[in-house]
Amino acid sequence: MENYLLEMKDIAKIYGNGIVANEAVNFNLKKGEVHALVGENGAGKSTLMKILFGMEAPSSGTVTLKGEPVRFSSSKDAIAHGIGMVHQHFMLVESFTAAQNIILGMEPKKGFSVNEEEAVRFTEEISKKYNLEVDARAVTRTLPVGIKQKIEILKALARGAEILILDEPTAVLTPQETDQLFEELTNLKQQGHTIVFISHKIPEIKKISDRITVMRAGKTVGCRNTEDVTEKEISSMIMGCEMDTTIIRTPCKRGDVGIAVDKVSYIDKNGVQALKDFSFSVRQGMVFGIAGVQGNGQVELIDLMTKKRGLKNGDIRLNGESVKKMSIQDIRKMQFGYVPEDRIEQGIAGHESIEENMISNRYSTKEFCNKILLNYKKIAEFAKKNIESYEIRCSGGKHLVGMLSGGNMQKVVVARECSHEPKVLIAEQPTRGVDVGAAHIIHKKIMELRDEGCAVLLVSADLSEVLKLSDVVAVMYEGEIVAFFEETEGLNEEKLGLFMLGLERHDEGQIRRAVQ
Amino acid sequence: MSRERSFNMIRTAVSMLVAILVAFVIILIVSDQPVESIKIFLVMPFSSGSYLGNIVETAVPLIFSGLAMAVMFKANLFNLGGEGIFFIAGAVGSFVAIWPKFPSVLAPLAAIVVGALVGMVVMMVPGGLKAKYGANEMVTSLMMNNILLGVGLYLLNNLLRDPGMASLVSYKYRKKALLANIVPGTRIHAGFLIAVLCAVLVYLFMYKSKWGYEIRMTGNNAKFASYSGINVAKVILIVHMVAGAIAGAGGIIECIGLHKRFEWTALPGYGFDGAMIAMLAGNNPLGVIGAAFFVSYLRIGADLVNRSSDIPTEMIAILQSIIILLISAERFLHKYRQRWIEKGEKK
Repeated sequence: MENYLLEMKDIAKIYGNGIVANEAVNFNLKKGEVHALVGENGAGKSTLMKILFGMEAPSSGTVTLKGEPVRFSSSKDAIAHGIGMVHQHFMLVESFTAAQNIILGMEPKKGFSVNEEEAVRFTEEISKKYNLEVDARAVTRTLPVGIKQKIEILKALARGAEILILDEPTAVLTPQETDQLFEELTNLKQQGHTIVFISHKIPEIKKISDRITVMRAGKTVGCRNTEDVTEKEISSMIMGCEMDTTIIRTPCKRGDVGIAVDKVSYIDKNGVQALKDFSFSVRQGMVFGIAGVQGNGQVELIDLMTKKRGLKNGDIRLNGESVKKMSIQDIRKMQFGYVPEDRIEQGIAGHESIEENMISNRYSTKEFCNKILLNYKKIAEFAKKNIESYEIRCSGGKHLVGMLSGGNMQKVVVARECSHEPKVLIAEQPTRGVDVGAAHIIHKKIMELRDEGCAVLLVSADLSEVLKLSDVVAVMYEGEIVAFFEETEGLNEEKLGLFMLGLERHDEGQIRRAVQ
Repeated sequence: MSRERSFNMIRTAVSMLVAILVAFVIILIVSDQPVESIKIFLVMPFSSGSYLGNIVETAVPLIFSGLAMAVMFKANLFNLGGEGIFFIAGAVGSFVAIWPKFPSVLAPLAAIVVGALVGMVVMMVPGGLKAKYGANEMVTSLMMNNILLGVGLYLLNNLLRDPGMASLVSYKYRKKALLANIVPGTRIHAGFLIAVLCAVLVYLFMYKSKWGYEIRMTGNNAKFASYSGINVAKVILIVHMVAGAIAGAGGIIECIGLHKRFEWTALPGYGFDGAMIAMLAGNNPLGVIGAAFFVSYLRIGADLVNRSSDIPTEMIAILQSIIILLISAERFLHKYRQRWIEKGEKK
């Protein structure tokens, strides 16, 4: 029998809403390895890690750490046993400095107050020890995503983590930042740390990991040495079969201007200039991709376009009409679709059925409503049609949306926003955290709309998605367009990455061509 | 999912049962003749037609306040203003029941319409403040209760008061303005039919109409509603108006159904009962009828125990608090729920 640092055996987890997230899952770690945990969304990776990190109790199964059976009752318990986790969504206090975030909960004291100097010294010390450079005195809000991630890793290490769980760490990083992260991880590995690396991206897994455990539909499919498997094999283990996810892009038929953003500037409530003299336009029948690291003004731009924030400087026209005097309701009355970034917060009402979620943008139209009563028969038919065409996995139109997996939830959102022949579609991270199969369906639908003459604005941090779908690509950096590519032929992720990090910049003439 | 729903029902039932058991314990401790008292508490309300009638008549205002609260809760609004609305709508509606000489069916109808309108208009104050300025509806509605009590007492003292009576009551209502008795030998009045009709209408409104849809989506996720193009401020205002009208109608119906004059000199307490009933009913308008009957049954039981033995009627207040505690404690019986659901999955 091999000597494992950690062994999870026959783990099962059934959630309160009846969803079976894990079933007969086996997972083990050797000391000093990078172990990749891969699988589609909803395959049960997060649940397994939540169990390991003490956030969920397993319904059955055993966890053995260094030969001792353990059962963590809380994250605190898991941390005490040397397990650390870096969540996909960072758990940092934005208004604190890096040092304050790292010492949170284990503050060095000076009398009754926190010893700030000691905190800074401590942060610098571990930062040097693990070769993870951060400015201890910088306020977290002002730091780029890559640095925030380092703070998270340091936070875990400062608490004595020997096993480090990284949940989709590269999802928010540029290719260059990813390379740097991999160097740091290799470094940590050499210092004897064990790393669990959760990811979708097969090339990355191939590059960084020593062993791979693949999960599918709540079960472990298998565990292999990374060098023994090809990318193709990993992919078919994940999917259960091989799947063609190529999108064929027909030549672009440009129509009238669908979206026009004209010299828009915006200063947010912290006094930061989020958008600077921002101009571009999207014609009907094309996909305009905006690439960029998160937090470079994308959210503000979309909020202004959808009237979540008030527009003061500059103008935005949808289908030729200025949104300046419009309300959200007015915009919704136009042929307008919007897939929001955060589906749970904005895109759905979780406690209601698929049917009711499917019509929220047009429940009062003649199609579904006779001025007073809603026509539930028609609504059910409509939902049924969409469930079929988007392959939403559910028990029927009455299924509560909150009970669906992330990918299926997103399909409900996309189905709603795309099935009323929109002339303008804003898609914000449309496939973030969505499995390959669902992402492919969503991509196909977006391309269908484009071919029918819809003006599509795609804002995404996923560069492969941007390159796959877009006819033209702009790169956003610190509230400005810093690069504009009229075609995606010959463009690759590394090249975009340089612009995304602000290392390179097109000349003004080229950038001005974003207004077409 | 269906297991989830049935579990909620079971949990509600267990909460009720636990509350009744606690009542037993209290009775055992305080009473000299516990067995007798428990029997009175549980069985006696069913023992005669007149007691049954008492249950129904007590349930009527509870249905109205429960409906008003259910609508509020469904929109995720925590407005406890039903209390003051009952009072002020009763007071203002009394004017219509005392002076104008309407024919028989029209007279109570006019009073009810006026009561409902008063409720609607008054509720627009916390509703408007919430919709426009984001003022917390719970705070404003509780403040409103005090204001409405003051205004109502002013009206009673200065305009409605019958100087010929020693106590503080209004002039007599006109005979034609009273709600007709519908079951001879009891005090059950036509207000009961109106209450049931009202529950059905509210159900249709909430689950079949487009406004109900707007209200439910807003209550479920206001950000989602607003993103979808639902005017959330308008929804908040509509909810307040509907709930106000229901509570207002309930107030005046209680007055012209059971009393001959306007007799309230303090807030009648129906607002808070409404919150409990809506919770018991899971905010379902039709469920409100059942929940109101249950609470009313407990009340009559307690009343009878109080009259015929040595248990104070305050016991019932303790009972109600326990029910609210258990039902609002979402994790009550959580362990069993988990196990039960796991079992269901394994089948």
